[in-house]
Amino acid sequence: MGEITLTKIKKSFGAVDVLKDIDLDIKDGEFIVFVGPSGCGKSTLLRTIAGLEKVTGGEIEIDGKRVNEVSAADRGLAMVFQSYALYPHMSVRQNLAFGLENSNMPKAEVADRILEAARMLEIEAYLERRPGQLSGGQRQRVAIGRAIVRRPTAFLLDEPLSNLDAELRVSTRAELAALHARLGSTMIYVTHDQVEAMTLAHRIVVMRAGKIEQVGTPLDLYNTPANRFVAGFIGAPHMNFLAGEVAELETGTATLATAGGHRLLVPFSGHSLSVGDKLTIGIRPQHITLANDPGSLKVKVRLVEALGSETVIHADLNGEKLLAVVPGQKLISPGDEAHLSVAGAPLHLFDRNGLRVKGS
Amino acid sequence: MGVASRFILRRRGGKSWHWTDVVTWVWLLGGLIIMFGPAVWLAFSSFKTPAALAEFPPSILPYVTSQATVQGYDKPLQLFEAKMPDGSTKVLAEVRRIGLVAQMVDPKAPGEIVRVNIGDRTPVRSVSFATENYTTPFTQFDFLRYLWNSVFVTVTATLITLIVNSMAAFALSKYEFRGRSLAMLIILATLMVPLSVIMVPLYSIISSLGLFNNLWGVILPTVATPTGVFILRQYMLTIPDELIDAARMDKASEWQIYWRIVLPLTAPALAVLAIFSVVWRWNDFLWPLIVLSRRELYTLQVGLSIYSGELNVQWHFILAMTVVTMIPVVLVFIFLQRFITTGIAGTGLK
Amino acid sequence: MSTTSLTDRLGSLLMAPVHLLMRIIDIPLRAVQKATGIGGMAAVFLAPNMLIFGIFVLLPLVINFVYSMTGGTAFFLSERNFVGAEQYQRLFTCTNYLDPMSCQEDAFWTAVGNTFWFVVLQVTLMIGVSLITALILNRDLAARSFWRAVFFFPVLLSPVVVGLIWKWILQRQGLLNFGLYQFGIEPYTWLTDRNWTFIATIGVSIWAHMGLYTLILLAGLQAIPKDLYEAAEMDGTKPARVFRRITLPLLAPNLLVVVVLALIKAVQIFDEVYVLTGGGPGTSTLYLTQYIYETGFASALRNPGLAAAASILMGLVLVVLTLIQLGIGQRGEKKGKR
Repeated sequence: MGEITLTKIKKSFGAVDVLKDIDLDIKDGEFIVFVGPSGCGKSTLLRTIAGLEKVTGGEIEIDGKRVNEVSAADRGLAMVFQSYALYPHMSVRQNLAFGLENSNMPKAEVADRILEAARMLEIEAYLERRPGQLSGGQRQRVAIGRAIVRRPTAFLLDEPLSNLDAELRVSTRAELAALHARLGSTMIYVTHDQVEAMTLAHRIVVMRAGKIEQVGTPLDLYNTPANRFVAGFIGAPHMNFLAGEVAELETGTATLATAGGHRLLVPFSGHSLSVGDKLTIGIRPQHITLANDPGSLKVKVRLVEALGSETVIHADLNGEKLLAVVPGQKLISPGDEAHLSVAGAPLHLFDRNGLRVKGS
Repeated sequence: MGVASRFILRRRGGKSWHWTDVVTWVWLLGGLIIMFGPAVWLAFSSFKTPAALAEFPPSILPYVTSQATVQGYDKPLQLFEAKMPDGSTKVLAEVRRIGLVAQMVDPKAPGEIVRVNIGDRTPVRSVSFATENYTTPFTQFDFLRYLWNSVFVTVTATLITLIVNSMAAFALSKYEFRGRSLAMLIILATLMVPLSVIMVPLYSIISSLGLFNNLWGVILPTVATPTGVFILRQYMLTIPDELIDAARMDKASEWQIYWRIVLPLTAPALAVLAIFSVVWRWNDFLWPLIVLSRRELYTLQVGLSIYSGELNVQWHFILAMTVVTMIPVVLVFIFLQRFITTGIAGTGLK
Repeated sequence: MSTTSLTDRLGSLLMAPVHLLMRIIDIPLRAVQKATGIGGMAAVFLAPNMLIFGIFVLLPLVINFVYSMTGGTAFFLSERNFVGAEQYQRLFTCTNYLDPMSCQEDAFWTAVGNTFWFVVLQVTLMIGVSLITALILNRDLAARSFWRAVFFFPVLLSPVVVGLIWKWILQRQGLLNFGLYQFGIEPYTWLTDRNWTFIATIGVSIWAHMGLYTLILLAGLQAIPKDLYEAAEMDGTKPARVFRRITLPLLAPNLLVVVVLALIKAVQIFDEVYVLTGGGPGTSTLYLTQYIYETGFASALRNPGLAAAASILMGLVLVVLTLIQLGIGQRGEKKGKR
């Protein structure tokens, strides 16, 4: 079992509040990812769950038992650190055995578990080596292996891939997902990389400045971001944001006016808008097409990045930046005028406080 | 050879000798002689007999004058090479000297006394190492005891220093706690309190603890060196905190973290401190001099100084024991010099 | 499986009892950790060091003040009578402060005067010699570490050995007289001459300690970026000017540290002088530490209170010097951070 419940978790270092009233239920076997910009408190949250930091307020429960006062060693969790934190003076085998020996496990079982983990991670060949003699990827496996042999109720992973090069990161990501499928235990994973979050998570927890901004499945967050921050954080390249105003309201549709006098029609079925409201309109770059239709936006092209399979267009719309990613190769160059169409694109509306407008 | 000498004698002015090159080499070679010369001279002297030591001008190598037992004479007689009136030279033994004339005999024909002008004879000498200078102090004086005392003090004090200082350094580098800066300040302040300032009250404390005339009285006040704490703390700060978190997750107790993780990783700094500590404790003088008043408790340094301060100094023994006292330090110098010099250059501490 | 070498196995065999000991220590400490939490363990780790500090450094420091205000020859405080500032008064009673003989405690003022001149001359000369040596070692030398080691060698020697080495050389039949004899100068008993013994103590202590300061200065010189010199060379700057405008200013912090360090050590000079001259002849090489030692312990008329008072006065000088040193260090650190 690996159910973790956080209730009103607070943590402050001196006068600085790092975590503010965090509530979260993590289900058994779930792969949950904490994501957010650096300094948002995601690592601190992980460390409070681990027991490496004491909470200032709130409750942490593991499988229904309050563990606030339980030390890190006795919470039954295992952690993979960003720097791997392998003991440099011990061989790989000793690294894996250290934690087991500390809980006075019989030697035979220690050996069995190490062998099992080593096979699973394909690190048998270098069990007698020291971490200094391993490559970054190998060290990373050992760090995971050290967690696996403990058979923890939950794995805590603190940016475990950030020290790998790009290629290795992609393959290890896939292996991690496979590992989770095989072990079936709860994993809590911290990263600042939203791609990792999207590819690995059952649920993503987006954090900012010590608060949870939104919790949801990757596609939830992508399709219906709860606020402007989440909208901007999830998805690459970032969502475009245009300033707008409600021009007309009809049943089922709202007409928005942008700065340049363009009019955009949005399906809308709520009551929270009234004519004249100032809004932010979010459009993902991938949803913009190059077309000259009645509703299209006339822009000036600033920069073109031809990536072969797609073309990234940096455009200027009456002083506002607009980014479009269009498939294929386009004959277009900086300085050109172009028409970008958002017809059929899902438009995200955010009110003055950056919250998603209900009904949009 | 040509290339090597050109490399060693690299000069500023290329081919010609710039004046700074001359100064450099005069300084370096002069330094070589002045720095090593005295110790080497002492080492050579330590193998001379008392008679040879009293000689002036002194010889560099230890010579002894040859003697022979001649039939008819109780004591061994000294051998001389004498110039005979006929111009030949002969090895003769001197019986006695009267004014400028020496009465000598031929060891092979002891019956006949030969008179030789003392200006016409030179002593027969051979190189011989007076190793009894070394053996006698150990067998007949207490120097073996002193050597043992010195070794005991040095080894014990170093071990305790390493343990106690590393524990403190661990606490000061890896824990956040109230009073940490106060503790640092206190340790820093003790840098300002050398032994010479507190020797009187320290003596009274040692006495009231019953440690006067006790080697532990020499050891204990020296082991909590602020320098040691600083060197180790500085080094421990470079050990990533994540390693300690990892060990905590691995169910290690704090003592285990100290002993199994932090201490092994601090080995290089511990080695530097160990070398320093060995040299310090081996060389300590003033404090042992105060605490130890019974002869059998003296360390080598105290023993040497007491013996050399006696009215009738037996230099042949003193010199030999000085060499013995120098040996560990010379060994440290030869094998660990690089270690120490980089250690000092790095920390500015000694 | 890897093959464990014999030395490894031997090593682990030797370490086995140590490991066992550590495990035994761990049992009570685990209990302490349970009770106090991780934070409490910091105190446990700090305790032995602080205990020893407390008993053998801080406590004596405090007692020293009490001591200096008591009289008598007994060492136990309870057997000593309070005399107030009498000991200090005694130290400072002089008709003419420039003439030690006019003071009640003439030996103290002699020692102060001797120490003062010793410190001034020894530190000036030693830093000069060390600086020259460091500059020479900083040149493009082959086998630099060898030469560095040459000058460092005496630093490791014990003061007693240093004293004896030079006592032997300055003997009437010693090496120095032998050397002078080659130039036709008659042997002289250097260590019975008031002036020569004073000079000898300075020379010997320079010989013994200069290596340390050379080492620190050399490290400072090598930390000066090479490109500064190259730039100066491109500008055609004269060597003397390079030294004055680049080397000296950049070396200044190190030089200052070295000077203060040398001052602190010089004020406390004792061991090698004690062995070399015993403070004599007469009182010509009687320095402060020896005065304190003899007043406190050695002489028949011992007066621990007086010795404590003198040691506090010396301590004040050292505190001032150390604060200067720490001040320099702090400033250097701030500069480094910027």
